[in-house]
Amino acid sequence: MNTSRVILDQVTKSFSGHDVIKGVSLEVKKGELVVFVGPSGCGKSTLLRLIAGLETPTSGRIEIAGENVTYAHPSKRGVAMVFQSYALYPHMTVEDNIGFALRIKGMPRAEIKLKVRAVAETLQLGHLLHRLPKALSGGQRQRVAIGRAMVREPDVFLFDEPLSNLDASLRGQMRVEIAGLHARLGATSVYVTHDQVEAMTLADKIVVLNGGRIEQAGPPMELYRRPANLFVATFIGSPGMNILPVTLAGADRDQVTVNTTQGPITLPRVNARVVAGAEASLGLRPESLSLTTAGQGQLSGYVNLIERLGGETFAYVALKGFEAPPIIVRLDGEVDLRVHDEVHLAIDGQRAHLFGADGLALGHAPDTKERD
Amino acid sequence: MSATSIHGWRRQLPLINAFIRYGLLIGIGFLMLYPLFWMIGGAFKNNHEIFASPGFIPAHPTTDGFTKGWKTSTEYTFTTYLLNTMKIVIPKVILTVISSVIVAYGFARFAIPGRKLLFALLMATVLLPKSVLLIPQYLMFREFGWLDTYLPLYIPQAFAVEGFFVFLIIQFMRSLPVDMEEAAVMDGCNSFQVLTLIVCPVILPAIISVALFQFMWSMNDFLQPLIYLSSVEKYPVALALKMSIDVTEATSWNEILAMSVIALAPSLILFFVAQKYFVEGVTSGAVKG
Repeated sequence: MNTSRVILDQVTKSFSGHDVIKGVSLEVKKGELVVFVGPSGCGKSTLLRLIAGLETPTSGRIEIAGENVTYAHPSKRGVAMVFQSYALYPHMTVEDNIGFALRIKGMPRAEIKLKVRAVAETLQLGHLLHRLPKALSGGQRQRVAIGRAMVREPDVFLFDEPLSNLDASLRGQMRVEIAGLHARLGATSVYVTHDQVEAMTLADKIVVLNGGRIEQAGPPMELYRRPANLFVATFIGSPGMNILPVTLAGADRDQVTVNTTQGPITLPRVNARVVAGAEASLGLRPESLSLTTAGQGQLSGYVNLIERLGGETFAYVALKGFEAPPIIVRLDGEVDLRVHDEVHLAIDGQRAHLFGADGLALGHAPDTKERD
Repeated sequence: MSATSIHGWRRQLPLINAFIRYGLLIGIGFLMLYPLFWMIGGAFKNNHEIFASPGFIPAHPTTDGFTKGWKTSTEYTFTTYLLNTMKIVIPKVILTVISSVIVAYGFARFAIPGRKLLFALLMATVLLPKSVLLIPQYLMFREFGWLDTYLPLYIPQAFAVEGFFVFLIIQFMRSLPVDMEEAAVMDGCNSFQVLTLIVCPVILPAIISVALFQFMWSMNDFLQPLIYLSSVEKYPVALALKMSIDVTEATSWNEILAMSVIALAPSLILFFVAQKYFVEGVTSGAVKG
């Protein structure tokens, strides 16, 4: 049985000669929530619109629920979309907004009413059915937009940055609601966002896009632990990964040595093909660095700035002898540290990342085995 | 002494300011409206009194002007002329609205080949003096055998000939978020359903403005009926009023003024009824938070 629901096969799209999507192949499995994430202009929204049918691919093939829908009308694809701007019909009540697709389909009024009620109850919109969109708050409008998608019982839900118009606290709340909804309905969903926190928390699978290509696709934690390249490494995670310029010195079967301006550092690493003397980038997440005493640790520098967030503290450390901008170190909230203090840092080698001059990851730490 | 305390006449400044501003506005407003007041007042005067004083309040109010004016000096009453006007204006307004909306939707939302050129041509017709078209149009409609019918007066409107209205609606449509229409497409609408079920209700203020403009302009139109209509029984109000000045030697000005007041009424009433749509933005609440 073919359980996969959305298949993109070498899809490309160009607008007046400008390639926006450059050959994307992807499979979204049944019930999976896949998040497209990437910087603005990376083509994530275009890719979603291609799946929705609002754009037609220049070449390639799109399949939904086993049918080739590459050139099918949006309403014939079994997809429903939640727009960034909600795109509610301003002249219709909440009830009419939700029931509009069914009305166009020619469903009897009584049946529409029942279905709309059921959806409204799920989304706690029951008491708002007779209001116009202008009399709703941002969160309520977003729920109506979701309801409008739900009532059609689509094979695939498409979300186009649905939370980006909400304020921070409401965004967090709606994020939890969407996650809950997805868990309950188990519907196949494709979700576009530029917010990597949303991507990390909601996704079964994250697809990182850049310049119209897929940089990496995989479960959130896999992307976090084993970024395939420098772009994914710096894009996923907040605050971002620190990148230090180093030169490769040599490699053993299970470790790699790099030269830095503060001396050599040896990292546990398997499957790394290393050319001695080549330039490389050492990637260190803020939490894989820790304070240590003088003489210990691999790096040292001076504290530039301290951000205390209560539960945790971020220290910006200018490393001695490095031209690179200060690195960020995540420390305990109560840590006793002042600006201009000299600090010594120990690297958690298992969680350090190494990238070659071409930006691709060089081997991986022994405990982060490749997933099947 | 505190620096913030205000003394003497300066304390009255806001009041003086308001007095001067409103005084000026009321004065100029009255001047502008005086001819209208004079016309309404004149309609209730008798014929001798009209030119006896420049004031507009009748000394001996009478409705003679209305009763006699309604009968007119022809074999038809004013009712005929009013109905004739409606026979022209109503189809004209309806056709204008339908054709302008459809053409504007095409220009605003579809990537038609040569769209820019076509739009430039449409805009060029707005600049074209109407009088240039009079003779070729007359010859054309004569060939169609449409002279002395209402057809030449409203059939052209079925082809969105008023570039100004198309432009007005296009500008309104451009301000609408495309998302809304895309949502409707995803909900299963075809282009025509998107237009009628989603776009039209939202651009209602623009549609009403177009209808209102066309209504008022057509009510007042004198030249077109004069050119195409020759039998008196088909004359609209504008021609009938002019005719009553021509035919009698001693013109009954009070009757003409009374009928002018009546001719003015439909436009005024319609304007005040539809006024709120000019200000009301229906799109509020459609998108964003």
